[in-house]
Amino acid sequence: MKEILRLALVLTAICVVAAAALAQIYKVTAGPIAHQKRMEMLRAIEAVLPAHDNEPDRDTYASETQGDEARTFYIGRQGSEVTGSAFRVSDKDGYGGSIEAIVGVDPAGAVSGVRILDHRETPGLGNKIAKPWFLDRIVFKDPETKKVRRTLENTDWRVKKDGGEIDQITGATISPRSLVRAVSSGLQDFGDNREQILAAAPPSKDDGTTGQRSAP
Amino acid sequence: MKLGHEFVKGLWESNPVFRLVLGMCPTLAVTTSAENGIGMGLATTFVLVNSNLIVSLLRNVIPRRVRIPSFIVVIASFVTIVDLVMAGYFYQLHKALGIFIPLIVVNCIILGRAEAFASKNPVAASLADGLGMGVGFTLSLFVLGSIREIFGSGTLLGFSLFGASFSPVIALVLPPGAFITLGVLLGLMNRISRERQV
Repeated sequence: MKEILRLALVLTAICVVAAAALAQIYKVTAGPIAHQKRMEMLRAIEAVLPAHDNEPDRDTYASETQGDEARTFYIGRQGSEVTGSAFRVSDKDGYGGSIEAIVGVDPAGAVSGVRILDHRETPGLGNKIAKPWFLDRIVFKDPETKKVRRTLENTDWRVKKDGGEIDQITGATISPRSLVRAVSSGLQDFGDNREQILAAAPPSKDDGTTGQRSAP
Repeated sequence: MKLGHEFVKGLWESNPVFRLVLGMCPTLAVTTSAENGIGMGLATTFVLVNSNLIVSLLRNVIPRRVRIPSFIVVIASFVTIVDLVMAGYFYQLHKALGIFIPLIVVNCIILGRAEAFASKNPVAASLADGLGMGVGFTLSLFVLGSIREIFGSGTLLGFSLFGASFSPVIALVLPPGAFITLGVLLGLMNRISRERQV
């Protein structure tokens, strides 16, 4: 009996000390971790959004639930004028699972940039969708001249193999097809909510928490 | 002299990856690049040194019958510390290593050294042992990661080596490449040590 008590006591003591130490470390690192997560999201938004001088991750509009899921639109502003919006898109039918990306558009709905956030496509084949030269095909009507940007209306959002006008990648059709589907459904959603996004009120200056925030 | 030996043995004579063949899960899974290998190795070294230290300090306090749960609590605490600190200050690396950081808990090198060495030896020797094993593990992962990165993606530590015309051996950065590279290195090491003995 005494022996069991001693075992329990020692183990309890070790666990208490460990828990206390971890609580302390957690307190110290919670700030930097939250900051890193925010910076990652911000970097992605920055990469696709047209010029702006606000904090787009704190200036958002959440679409009314249409069908399945609400989409959060990050709004870029220069002064009080809306210069564009960025939003996450995803498609679960990539070759290796779901593909997550972020798309930026200008107020008229022309694509200003696309970045892949997460994918599991085959290295060397499908993973080329994350390369700048492929993403250019989604942004521009003609990736060589880079003049006309694609919009929902001016482009047949399918890969060439399916009769659309976006070049797939040799040896990998499924990954581009999935990405194109994700982007076009995002653009569709932006089109449906365009009025409200452009009219959304910016968050008040003194308090960063008043704007609608996306779920963490 | 003796401390020196406790340190050096982890590098070659009982190198955790190539001689003891322990900790294969992180070894095979994260060595797609040299940087990942180093990151994983250093994280493991930190856990190894600290858990060896604590286990050695407490070796006369912890009753034999609850030693394994005690060791695991100690190890898990240090792994959590590494996990949090990396997420806070080395975010990209933390993302690249993903689930394999928490999985350091079940890396048998760490529990193995706690049980086989630190629980029976004084503090200084345990520290040297942990450090040696950790550095040996890090070097092994670095070598493995470098080979796979050089041939599998044509880069080393992110720097392009061969220019655009190089077409990489993609298989090497895929899971089979891990086994093939490890097998070749194991064979090489065995051969070298055999020739040394003769």
